Amino acid sequence: MDKTGAEILVEGLEKEGVDVMFGYPGGAILDICDCLCKSKIRFILTRHEQGAAHAADGFARSTGRVGVCMATSGPGATNLVTGIATAYMDSVPMVAITGQVPTSMIGNDAFQEADMVGITRPITKYNYLVKDVMDLPRIIKEAFFIASTGRPGPVLIDIPKDIQRAVYKNYSYPEKIDMRSYKPVYEGHPNQIEKAAKAIEKSKKPLLYCGGGAIISGAHEEILKLAEKCDIPVTMTLLGLGCFPGNHPLALNMLGMHGTQYANFATAETDLIIAVGARFDDRVTGKIDEFAPNAQGRVIHIDIDPSAISKNIQVSVPIVGDCKKVLSDLLKVVKPLKHPEWVKQIREWKEKFPLKYKNDDDLLRPQYIVEKIYEITKGDAIIVTEVGQNQMWAAHYYQYSKPRTFLSSGGLGTMGYGFPAAIGAKVAHPDKLVIDVAGDGSIQMNIQEMATAVINNIDVKIVILNNAFLGMVRQWQELFYQREYAFTDLVRYIDKDITTEDIKKDPSLFLPNFVKLAEAYDALGLRVTKKEEVTPALEKAFSSPKVAIVECIVEREENVFPMIPGGASVKQMIGGMA
Amino acid sequence: MQHIITALVENRFGVLANISSLFSARGFNIDSLAVGETHDPSISRMTIVVTGDDRIIQQVMKQLNKMIDTIRVSDLTEEAHVERELMLIKMGHTPKTRAEIVQLVEIFKGRIIDFNPRDLSVEIVGSSDKILAFMDIMRSFGIKEVARTGRVALPRG
Repeated sequence: MDKTGAEILVEGLEKEGVDVMFGYPGGAILDICDCLCKSKIRFILTRHEQGAAHAADGFARSTGRVGVCMATSGPGATNLVTGIATAYMDSVPMVAITGQVPTSMIGNDAFQEADMVGITRPITKYNYLVKDVMDLPRIIKEAFFIASTGRPGPVLIDIPKDIQRAVYKNYSYPEKIDMRSYKPVYEGHPNQIEKAAKAIEKSKKPLLYCGGGAIISGAHEEILKLAEKCDIPVTMTLLGLGCFPGNHPLALNMLGMHGTQYANFATAETDLIIAVGARFDDRVTGKIDEFAPNAQGRVIHIDIDPSAISKNIQVSVPIVGDCKKVLSDLLKVVKPLKHPEWVKQIREWKEKFPLKYKNDDDLLRPQYIVEKIYEITKGDAIIVTEVGQNQMWAAHYYQYSKPRTFLSSGGLGTMGYGFPAAIGAKVAHPDKLVIDVAGDGSIQMNIQEMATAVINNIDVKIVILNNAFLGMVRQWQELFYQREYAFTDLVRYIDKDITTEDIKKDPSLFLPNFVKLAEAYDALGLRVTKKEEVTPALEKAFSSPKVAIVECIVEREENVFPMIPGGASVKQMIGGMA
Repeated sequence: MQHIITALVENRFGVLANISSLFSARGFNIDSLAVGETHDPSISRMTIVVTGDDRIIQQVMKQLNKMIDTIRVSDLTEEAHVERELMLIKMGHTPKTRAEIVQLVEIFKGRIIDFNPRDLSVEIVGSSDKILAFMDIMRSFGIKEVARTGRVALPRG
């Protein structure tokens, strides 16, 4: 059958199982839009291309399926860049489709031309500029394969306008895929697994350290089994949250810069690290030479990406493979173990140094709000965060027990990620409560997506922890820059000393007025200034059929603790106790 | 330490750019990079000479392997291999120096490939040491231009 490039693309998307995509039209992608609107695929029109990329990301992270976004050439495509980079850093399967100027005009500085293959080269797993319509079916097939296999990541397909219109005679979509240069390894080497089992059996203080890879591979059940079979405590990275029940006796929750004290003590004390889909990122290790001093030379690292192994620290038992597969093989060979002393020590640390904040007065603190979200939802919600203090509080004071229920931009740390990602997650899970825990700074970076959410009845709930500061940066300024709050104060009159109380009394001291803003978008807007108002407001918002913003005016200078300053070690941990 | 790495890659648009972008993004230093089609026109061989400690070289190998278009990567440094580089070098000559230059070219098993009254061009093939040695000797005759291919290599056996 004869088909145009645009028709081939739409049919390819359907064949790859795409039922929803996010995007924005434009001149160089009109042919594809024209075909798409006649297809079964639900196209969600965002209000900015960045929103489309993050929504596709949220869709992908909450489901494990490939998220798809689309934009026109030039500025449309460059607006996707932050979203693509965010997905790349956190290994999110995504296919981004961009229009391009006609092949004859490429390189001529044509109207709305940008070299997208060049621009996205370092932030995509792979990218394509389609130069011949005959290549298009294979490229679509490959793009979805590459995005979703091995260590997942975003793939960009740049399609010039004339290719969209070109006709492929007697076209058929490829059934199979064969790439001699790309063959991800899923099975761990049996000898290495044997070695790992021996090392675990020899260890007195083993520690499982699980990252985003554990969630991507769906290894949560195997992690639970291994932890219980061999009596091993489990710490998680930010992106690993949800791969092990947060309220399990062996759970240490998050480690690293804003990790729990007990997780960081355990890391300092352990004699064997079993890393599962984690990459020893600098936010986790702090000063690399002082990281896990008693586990030097005793590190098992399971990862599907060989280049993640021995990149930052020396690994004694590298195992390249899919975390889930490797762990289930490991479970077959490792003996059941008990570490009563070690687990007792962990339990003592957990009792003695819990996460806590000052909660014995009437002041409204952000941690309290996150705790209430957990109480009301009983942990049965998808929590999406922005980046900064809101992100860390959402990680600390909500217990994640299931994978893919905590979505956050970890690697790139993209402010403005949360709200559009929440839209994507809600589209994938219409029956689930999806909550964006936001800060007053981040939420403004993609606030335009209010229209997208309301118009499409994607009733996400936004809880803004409003301290009228770019809180995390302010915290660093307080701790390391002599309280010089340069460019972080978001109140209306920065030359005046405006307190939390002032903002509570006079909403006009902070812009925008989020309640009015919600109303302007025909959403529900609620403002909370007191502790006792938190639960009723959250309940009202969560049970409403509408998109809702709950703005909470919180203590302006509340800090995220504990904290290990960048490049320091656990010895320099500050603010353990509130 | 200097390593000589050879990679078989898909002969596709953008592969060279991907590799050079990888090296610059990761802060690896390329000493030389040579690319050419193999007997199979769908495959190119790249020979990359790179300096770094073991950790860096390990990362270079892994990152190269990770690239979607890479079919096979090997580090030939410690393996038995043959390697060659080609240099074209142009220098001035006078009736006084001409004979000496020709003699030196012979000693180095080079060939004079262009000649005119003002200058001559020589082709030298060999190890990088040999090429550097020849270039050093030629300095006193006044080198005008040099073009080098960078090293290419194949494993032995």
